[in-house]
Amino acid sequence: MIQEKLREKAKELLSKKEVDLIIGFSEWTLPLRTTPVFIRTPEGTESLAWNSFCENNLATYLHKFGRFKVGIVVKGCDARSVVALSLEKRFPNHRPLLIGVPCQRMVDRKKVKKAVKGEILQAVEQGDLLVVKGEDFEVTLKRDDFLYSVCRSCTHRTPNQADFLIGDPVEEFPLDEAHPDVSEFEGKTPEERWGSFEKEISRCIRCYACREACPMCYCTECFVDSTRPKWIEKSLSPSDLAFYHIVRAYHQTGRCSGCGACERACPMDIRLTHLTQKLNQEVKDLYGFETGIQPEVPPPLSTFHPEDEQGFIK
Amino acid sequence: MKFKLDKKDFERFLKDLMEAYDLFAPVQLAEGVSVFRKIDQPEEVHLTQLVPQKSAKEVFFPQSEVMFRYETVEHREPILSEQRIERERVLLGARPCDIEAISILEKVFAGEDYTDVYFLEKRRKTTIVTLSCNHPLTTCFCSSTGGGPFRRDGSDLFLTDLGESYLVELLTEKGMAFSKNRFFREAGSKDFDLLKELEEKASKKAEASIPVEGIEKRLDLMVESPFWDRIHEKCIGCGVCTFLCPTCHCFDITDEAVNLKGQRVRNWDSCLFPIYSLETSGHNPRPTGRERTRQRLMHKFNYYPKNFDRVACVGCGRCILYCPVHFDIREALLYASSRRSKGQEGQSR
Repeated sequence: MIQEKLREKAKELLSKKEVDLIIGFSEWTLPLRTTPVFIRTPEGTESLAWNSFCENNLATYLHKFGRFKVGIVVKGCDARSVVALSLEKRFPNHRPLLIGVPCQRMVDRKKVKKAVKGEILQAVEQGDLLVVKGEDFEVTLKRDDFLYSVCRSCTHRTPNQADFLIGDPVEEFPLDEAHPDVSEFEGKTPEERWGSFEKEISRCIRCYACREACPMCYCTECFVDSTRPKWIEKSLSPSDLAFYHIVRAYHQTGRCSGCGACERACPMDIRLTHLTQKLNQEVKDLYGFETGIQPEVPPPLSTFHPEDEQGFIK
Repeated sequence: MKFKLDKKDFERFLKDLMEAYDLFAPVQLAEGVSVFRKIDQPEEVHLTQLVPQKSAKEVFFPQSEVMFRYETVEHREPILSEQRIERERVLLGARPCDIEAISILEKVFAGEDYTDVYFLEKRRKTTIVTLSCNHPLTTCFCSSTGGGPFRRDGSDLFLTDLGESYLVELLTEKGMAFSKNRFFREAGSKDFDLLKELEEKASKKAEASIPVEGIEKRLDLMVESPFWDRIHEKCIGCGVCTFLCPTCHCFDITDEAVNLKGQRVRNWDSCLFPIYSLETSGHNPRPTGRERTRQRLMHKFNYYPKNFDRVACVGCGRCILYCPVHFDIREALLYASSRRSKGQEGQSR
């Protein structure tokens, strides 16, 4: 069982003092969720969990632990973020050790909640099924019907860049055509697109959970917090909200692993990953580059080659 | 005084209300996402989400509020204050926890030392129609923090969902103004029995489980505890818990100005943002998540209780439900009150 193997590996790394700290997932107080844990003792590894609710991208914590030798549990997307961070020279002292788990793709808890009436008290995975229980109901759902949208279109589930792979690589499903969320958005007229964007961001409360959940958002001073110069006001005016969300997406160009942590972190259920997915697609089409797949290839927007695609400069 | 309001009359009841008052109630912005807003059409009112993401505090203390506008015209500088609200208001559909939170805000914004005209103006002109909490969630811990699913303090009217109708209790002078409402019918002993049953059932479900009594004293001894070294580790430093919290009340004031015309705005701020405590010199007295997480918990369970004799938490559970990394404040409280929590929020591994 993957969870057992994961605990074993983590225990071994801590016992042999190959790492100071393991960052992983643990079950906690709510069903359909896990929580990030920071484990420093071999005994502590007993609390490590692996299931379809390991939704956080733990790479975002690596910025906090630069001084330590860290072992980190990663899915395919998380591993890509770590590689991208490494290319941005974020690990001058210790490169984190990646404990990779081929990902079964994560369950969208908000979607599951919408499918039942009443509070969910327990959610148990049984193979491909998800048994959800409440005070006066019990429903069996097909797990794959409740995956996060970014997971449904994931093309890199196995973290091949990992130092240790727990379990066997899983089958990958390359996308034949454009990303489904992107094509849906592109199918709209410009007015409809702006309308749908405006509607999503109108719920924004500027808590910056999207920014903080993202491993790639690590600026010491985010442009929204800068007062000299002041790029943006702090209130909830539509133009400021639009500015924040557009710039946040743009800053991800060539850096986003498409993990969807931003969307999952949002308490207001703002769904905007089609923007970053579109940018990922553009970078792939223009430069043949996918974030964090090849550890030795620097991101295209940080480099220059005379033969780079330049047709878009008009 | 108790009445009954049939659900089939509810929309017309709201329509009547809106003729005399500005009505504020929960509206659904997307499936499973609701907030309190000014209602334009009675059918917008959405009462099924037990804890809307943003609490009712926004009706009195909006996330973003223009305090005044200014403009320089030929050397004179007219300042136009924005504090006054024209119409009386009704806040409908907030649960007892959110109403209790308003009394916590009142102590700060309308207390002895300081009066906030913006808050006070709205509070004075608002009649509060609370909706009972028949089915508390497992994340609710209102009974532990001094409240309860049927707590009536602070409400002018109190509604209980009886299925086909609401039982309406008029509790204050403001509430009694509704005694002649054309949709109120006489309630009978059957209705009162059902009310009692629902109240008992909900109170049992929400039984106090988190010991907060005397917590400020225990926290006094914990300022430099290693507890803080670990507890903050998983916090990513976003503002979800503080912004959704019905009692958090920090704000930041900025001028939004172009040339000679502008407005002074206050916006919610969060002690979990690094910039919150950043000083002009560049020094930050709360440099890491450790100090910032400590501040969040200390303010609620130590500083506020010392000033006002109660914790600044109403147990609504929003910070547990919506935290992106599943931080559970109950576990932190269990640990702080030296009952061992079952894992990470209290102990290192």
